[in-house]
Amino acid sequence: MLNPQAIVPEGLSDAQARPAGRRFNVYRNNVAVSLTEAMHQAFPVITKLLGPNNMDGLAGIFLRQNPPSSPLMMHYGEAFPAFLQGMDQLSHLGYLPDIAWLELAIRRSYHAADSSPIAPNALAIDPEQLANATLQFAPAMEVLRSDWPIYDIWAYNSIDGTAKPQSTAQDVLITRPEYDPIPKPLPIGGADWIDALRDRQSIGQAQETAMAAQPEFDLGATLTLLLQGGAITSLTTEG
Amino acid sequence: MNMLDNSNNDNHLPFAAGVGYKPQHFNQILNDAAPVKWLEVHAENYMGDGGRPLAQLRHLSERFPISVHGVGLSIGSEGPLNPDHLARLKHLCDWLNPASFSEHLAWSTHDSHFFNDLLPLPYTDTTLNRICDHIDQVQEVVGRKMLLENPSSYLAFDESTWSEPDFLREVSRRTGCGLLLDVNNVFVSATNLNYSPQAYIDEYPIENVGEIHLGGHDEDEDDHGHPLLIDSHGREVVDPVWALLDYVLERSGPKPVLVEWDTDVPEWPMLQAEATRAQNALHKVPA
Repeated sequence: MLNPQAIVPEGLSDAQARPAGRRFNVYRNNVAVSLTEAMHQAFPVITKLLGPNNMDGLAGIFLRQNPPSSPLMMHYGEAFPAFLQGMDQLSHLGYLPDIAWLELAIRRSYHAADSSPIAPNALAIDPEQLANATLQFAPAMEVLRSDWPIYDIWAYNSIDGTAKPQSTAQDVLITRPEYDPIPKPLPIGGADWIDALRDRQSIGQAQETAMAAQPEFDLGATLTLLLQGGAITSLTTEG
Repeated sequence: MNMLDNSNNDNHLPFAAGVGYKPQHFNQILNDAAPVKWLEVHAENYMGDGGRPLAQLRHLSERFPISVHGVGLSIGSEGPLNPDHLARLKHLCDWLNPASFSEHLAWSTHDSHFFNDLLPLPYTDTTLNRICDHIDQVQEVVGRKMLLENPSSYLAFDESTWSEPDFLREVSRRTGCGLLLDVNNVFVSATNLNYSPQAYIDEYPIENVGEIHLGGHDEDEDDHGHPLLIDSHGREVVDPVWALLDYVLERSGPKPVLVEWDTDVPEWPMLQAEATRAQNALHKVPA
């Protein structure tokens, strides 16, 4: 159905019993056009970085290799980062796969289940108790690690007036305070701390894990980002 | 998710104009919906876990009867229906308790690939049995009567032994499903396959119609220079389709009439004007 060179099946005709010819291609064309359009909408920053015409060509190759496996188009393109990674002619744009990951994560966050953040004073408990507590995060929260300044590249191509990207590696936190996912650059070690908490480590253990990975880890800055984004949904203290 | 409390709504589609809901029109619809009395949504856009789409739908369902229109179930597939997708449809309908639920006489899934388009099928005894089995299953799982929509066709199958109206009548008779008559699709198919759209309507089981669709199409040509209309939902409804709507309404009496506009979606006033024209067509019909 997606191969434009394939022959038109037999047994299809127009009203005068002539073979269907290019009438069949209307269907082929509709399928390809709708999927290409879906790719443009799903990856606006990639489209901007490559230009719409290049994106059309790339989407055309991608959608034939990776036709959707589900009618839920909201998640279409999950294989796009790996596809970009495998394109030799794009290897000089090494950050593209991570940008595609970020755009996928923003979409996942947009459609994720709703949740309620903890009360602002929920962390104002005895410090020892706090260190032993565990945290639960909102389904709409996403964390991405990258060797590229992906937040800067994304913001430069999404938000007017953003400064040009710096050449430092950036991890990104996506929160969804209400309905719009908001990406922010994570402080150094923040991703390590959040990952440790998601592995059920306590706040204190997670801090040790993060400091071991990144001695400059800044707990306060990371926590502030999470609280501002409504990303912490509950705190569990040991019995 | 808990079931929504939309019990204040009369839970059926009114015999009035509705529009296909687009999120960019959310605020205008809440501020000035006239003459739109109901809305239709594509089921697949509301199968996420949460966020703005479901919040908006919850909000709209407090004010408007909502029709859930599936585009991805692939009722015409050779293989079994996708049980996960069927479960998602049931989940959405259980939560929303929509005023109507409809799907297409078409297929879009083959070998586990989903093509994001509504593809045609031949009308034979074999496909008839298969379609009826699938619709029985849908109505049983979802727990509601569904409406089945006629497709737009760009070609004919040599093996077809049923006319489309007869095929739809028989599906409706066997399964108890209602029908969604897409007047633009009739016009597009009739032009492409060289028959009279009025003759199609005369043959069509009009008594089973639960809803009418209108939409815009694009004009192209086939290899022989014959007009080839493409069901694009990307512009205004053309005059001959409005005339065909009048022809239908004279025979069916008042029905819920929906204007679809899915690509190159216009600003709200333009869609609203199309809905007004549909409402005016309904006003001409004796109740």
